[in-house]
Amino acid sequence: MIDLGNLTIKKVHEAFKSGEYTCTELAQAYLKVIEQKNKELNIYLEVYNDVLDQAEDADAKFQNGSATLMTGIPIAIKDNILFEGHIASSGSKILENYTASYNATVIKKLKDAGAVIIGRTNMDEFAMGVSTENSAYGVTKNPHDTSRVPGGSSGGSTACIAANMALVALGSDTGGSCRQPASFCGVVGLKPTYGSVSRHGLTAMGSSLDIIGPITKNISDAEIVFDFIKGGDTMDSTSIPSDFYKKNTINKLVIGIPRDFIKEGVDPRVIANFEESIKELESIGYTIKDIELPYAKYAVPAYYIVTPAEISANLARFDGMRYGVRKEGENLMEIYKKSRAKGLGKEVRRRILLGTYVLSHGYFDAYYNKANAVRKLIVNDYKSAFHKVDLILTPTTTGPAFKIGEKVNDPVKMYLEDIFTGPANMAGIPAISIPSGFAEEDGKKLPLGIQFMAPHGREDLIFDIGKKFEEIRK
Amino acid sequence: MDIKGVEKLAELARIELSGDEKESMLSDMQGILGYVKQIEDLKVEDIKADYDLYNVWREETISMADFSKEQLTGQFPDSQDGFLKVKKIL
Repeated sequence: MIDLGNLTIKKVHEAFKSGEYTCTELAQAYLKVIEQKNKELNIYLEVYNDVLDQAEDADAKFQNGSATLMTGIPIAIKDNILFEGHIASSGSKILENYTASYNATVIKKLKDAGAVIIGRTNMDEFAMGVSTENSAYGVTKNPHDTSRVPGGSSGGSTACIAANMALVALGSDTGGSCRQPASFCGVVGLKPTYGSVSRHGLTAMGSSLDIIGPITKNISDAEIVFDFIKGGDTMDSTSIPSDFYKKNTINKLVIGIPRDFIKEGVDPRVIANFEESIKELESIGYTIKDIELPYAKYAVPAYYIVTPAEISANLARFDGMRYGVRKEGENLMEIYKKSRAKGLGKEVRRRILLGTYVLSHGYFDAYYNKANAVRKLIVNDYKSAFHKVDLILTPTTTGPAFKIGEKVNDPVKMYLEDIFTGPANMAGIPAISIPSGFAEEDGKKLPLGIQFMAPHGREDLIFDIGKKFEEIRK
Repeated sequence: MDIKGVEKLAELARIELSGDEKESMLSDMQGILGYVKQIEDLKVEDIKADYDLYNVWREETISMADFSKEQLTGQFPDSQDGFLKVKKIL
């Protein structure tokens, strides 16, 4: 019996090499868990029917000596990442029958290495949401407490790792969608530096913010997956080579805490856990400093102008014409209007209309241009903070996972979930959520997470401190 | 923002909304716009961002696509002789 709860990529690779178990046996172990629990938890929208074939090919690679670290590693992918020949519906009805005609660059890399792609995980429709409740295919339940949300929009991916249904998963992060659900599910979620991972084959939501990120049980695995998927790509003009940003040496690492920003609306249990985490970091020799991020509180309002604007443009292609669902109508215009009305969910339609508004004549300057200018203020905030400190630390969320149905009818309440995560996307800097403890409620232990943010390109600092924090948290 | 405004936006976005949906959309949008307008107070005239944006170009080259025509045409909701079929345009 393979102990799925205690695996790491390195452990698994050694086991494959030594013959302790095969890629096929490991894939079967995960498929068994999926068979037992997926119906209840609704994590995978689809488990691919060729998983064991992929595992067989991976086993062959170990036989002929061409295996690498990612060979045979069971990985789940978010439903908005294109895997050729497989459905990629972005959690939406409008793409329920859409079969990807090409591989995302990250998928191509995984396939070349012989990773075993198990299936596509549930998500908020078109990555819009913080709970996976906006999925057109039903909510995913948090494995720690099935009456609660797993977070979103990569809720399926984070619940997948928490429920031992894959070893690693891929999510996407535009406003916090890898980190917030990682925090709710007690796993690691990394948002890499904007441009460091190719967006080719990631269904676009907010193109100036979107990035694919790894969801894993531990920091080492997040580092391995990030190193594996990163890199410039000619198919994505916004992608950058891994050495794009200068890495200056740091002698004694200083962590900055924007205390003013962490006061309002935060659950006292999160504050207590956060203070405890700070003490633990101090106890292993890190210097803590108070910093100010005066414009951080404007990040989320500005985000909810910039993102809907980009969404309204990116989702114009879903028109019932060339692929996806087409609803009948008397004329061309009716087909557009009915296909989009029936195929797109409420939150998606809300954001498209909002985006149309902020980009329209007479409002463009006051909203979209202003929000982009605010973005510059935020970037400058972080640049000056990083002159004084090397990393910035906040809680990932304002509270533990909330109950299913609790916030879904209040858009602004949902948007406020991004308060700590949104700024990193607006600035393009890397950020990670690391499990930091639990809040007890209704006899259940609900995971909490802390978030480290680093300057552009400094995932290395994040991984380093992350591993040390993991050790002391054990 | 009023109902006429919501109707205009729905028209531009090519999305059909029922009467109830328009009302609901109006109230949601008023709430959201109320929340985001706090950036109005910020002075942004003299900001210079510390970074340079530039266009990334590539040479136009002709190369074979790594997917087949059938992968695309096979997904047309309606087709005839391999062509995409749509309602009258003109």
